[in-house]
Amino acid sequence: MSRLGKFCTSTALVGMLAVSPALADPLAEALGLGRAALPEEIAAWDVAVMPDGRGLPEGSGDVWDGEDLWIDHCAACHGDFAEGAGVWPPIVGGAGSLTDVRPLKTVESYWPYLSTVWDYVNRSMPFGAAQTLETDEVYAITAYILFSAGLVDDDFELNQDNFTEIRLPNEDGFYIDDREEVEFPVFTQEPCMSDCRDEVTIVARATDLGVTPEFPVIRNLYSDMLSREDEVEESQEDAAAEPGTGPEGVEFASLSPEMLAAGESAWRQCRSCHQIGDGARNAAGPQLNDIVNATAAHVDGFRYSPAFEEARDDGLVWDAETLDAFLENPAGLIPRNRM
Amino acid sequence: MTERPEAKGGTSRRAFLRTAGLAAGGAVVGAGAARAVTPDPLITEVQPWAMFLGEGVDATPYGMPIHFEDHVVRRNVEWLTADPVASINFTPIHALDGTITPQGCAFERHHSGAIELSKEDYRLMITGLVEKPLVFTFGDLMRMPRITRTAFCECAANSGMEWGGAQLNAVQFTHGMIHNMEYTGVSLRTLLNEAGVKPEGTWIYVEGADASSNGRSIPMEKALDDCMIAFTANGEALRMEHGYPVRLVVPGWEGNLWVKWLRRIGVHDGPMESREETSKYTDLMPDGRARKWTWAMHAKSVITAPSPQMPIGHGPGPMVISGLAWSGLGKIARVDVSLDGGANWQTARLAGEPGDKALTRFYVDHQWNGEPMYLQSRAIDETGYVQPTKDQLREFRGVNSIYHNNGIQTWYVNEHGEAENVEIG
Repeated sequence: MSRLGKFCTSTALVGMLAVSPALADPLAEALGLGRAALPEEIAAWDVAVMPDGRGLPEGSGDVWDGEDLWIDHCAACHGDFAEGAGVWPPIVGGAGSLTDVRPLKTVESYWPYLSTVWDYVNRSMPFGAAQTLETDEVYAITAYILFSAGLVDDDFELNQDNFTEIRLPNEDGFYIDDREEVEFPVFTQEPCMSDCRDEVTIVARATDLGVTPEFPVIRNLYSDMLSREDEVEESQEDAAAEPGTGPEGVEFASLSPEMLAAGESAWRQCRSCHQIGDGARNAAGPQLNDIVNATAAHVDGFRYSPAFEEARDDGLVWDAETLDAFLENPAGLIPRNRM
Repeated sequence: MTERPEAKGGTSRRAFLRTAGLAAGGAVVGAGAARAVTPDPLITEVQPWAMFLGEGVDATPYGMPIHFEDHVVRRNVEWLTADPVASINFTPIHALDGTITPQGCAFERHHSGAIELSKEDYRLMITGLVEKPLVFTFGDLMRMPRITRTAFCECAANSGMEWGGAQLNAVQFTHGMIHNMEYTGVSLRTLLNEAGVKPEGTWIYVEGADASSNGRSIPMEKALDDCMIAFTANGEALRMEHGYPVRLVVPGWEGNLWVKWLRRIGVHDGPMESREETSKYTDLMPDGRARKWTWAMHAKSVITAPSPQMPIGHGPGPMVISGLAWSGLGKIARVDVSLDGGANWQTARLAGEPGDKALTRFYVDHQWNGEPMYLQSRAIDETGYVQPTKDQLREFRGVNSIYHNNGIQTWYVNEHGEAENVEIG
């Protein structure tokens, strides 16, 4: 284990850091990097609020102001009465539903601390315009949520002094992770290796619900798929019957992105001899700018084969049909050419 | 489901052979070595790639996977969340192997979208119960002693849609809220030491620079144990979607704690009880009360292939059963695999030395007889914790706790080699 690792596991670490930064490990000594945070900077970023109210700034807001702010900033997603809208979460309601088949977890039914509401509205809301509310506005919106939850009257004003008098109904509804004590005795037993259960039956299938998004299935090619002639021939017929697979139907006007991409890919075979685009020059083959609708062997300065010069003299023009025929079978269209 | 689009290019002969293969896929074509009927033109004919030149060195200054692999991407389950900027997607674990997750397909979870924050504009502040509240630039962090480690990051809600029964028919969706990367950065201990933690500082509170400023509380003991801030993953800068330029790494603990775009570490004498650790990431139990601070991700495993997205596709004979195992409590000690829904188990072969709180790859080299299978895997970690069945979990937790579902997954594989997500009784 590295020195770093040993240091990590030291249980005395908290004390070391706090009391005596200059112990034997050089890492315990501060490096002196960074700079002191200024009070204004701390005030700007250190705004979190604890359940006992520490961190709350001075301010106040009442239910009536809160309602106006709510309509402007919150209701579009959370409903006029904080009951939720569309796919966005309700903020109130659901009291007593936590043992239901479909529990509704809201500030009213589930959240343990009001400080969490204040802090979340202050730091993270409104969605898409976070950290734009004034302190008094946050107090007012929090007051309106409390009113919508039936926890305060409509004349209620929330401020930093009465804040901790408000307790949310589910404050005692939480307890610290006890999985180790409760579950581990069962989940650390030596597992069975053979004859562990009776016959298996399927009791639920994901496909019955039909909520899985579409996805491509990955199928590899295996040699044993290619070893039966009848299947190969049958599939050949299928492939031939499939529309759109042959070059016959191709027209320039109907070029699809897929076909362009395929052409770009196929172009890799051509570019060892031909150039195209800005600055294209003749190489082993002529540069191909403006090839479409040009007469064959039209590029100045390229030494064409006699066969190509003959084709030019015969008036061969590169259109979709002739290009296709030439690329399909160069020697078929222009015998003895050098491509 | 849709078949994967045929690869671009190739000769017509090649295309027809591929089609033949697809048509025969799943059919049982008989055991024994395959025998060629006609010479394979891929061998007897000179292929384009053997004649012509490939791309030059600068064709792609930063490379993407070859287009044949363009189906290996993150996918979203749109109905899960209200808006893509406060949502999650899933790592294509069915199509990956080994243990490291490439950043480009590692799942994303944002609360207010992935933000652009440059290294120049980055500031990290340490406040609260410290001797010296400090501000660091990104450059300052680069001058501190640096560490590298690999860790998995799993969303606490991974497999959360399966509490009520088999729901999503793909391992990408049932188990893909996880990634595993090698991080480089600075230990939290080094950072906190710069500021000097006061004796009463028993918790830290970490928050991000994005609009959600997702904040979480972490006990000081964990902060000083193995937490770090990371600026690289898998050797290169973090991706924007994973918190560029700096995120928190909390090995073994739920992904929500791994605050991205980390901008502040507050030192306090108690937890902040933020929205993300009260209304969310608490586990509602059958009695209506809820567990809180369930940070650790317990031992879990899943077979990634065969699975619904990766059917067997060939006949009886040799095949590889491949999967992932992990534990937030330490290293994986053993993985068992069952072919019959948990009646009989065999111990899988682990690929490489298991890492602490990191993904471990396992394999079973299997001779398939062509009969249906109920595939399961069961992880056991170095603490002796044995991955439970889903029903065992439900006995303790009911079906409404959303988070921390590490129950054993069952894939039913039929005689054609096709796999589906089932629950068995």
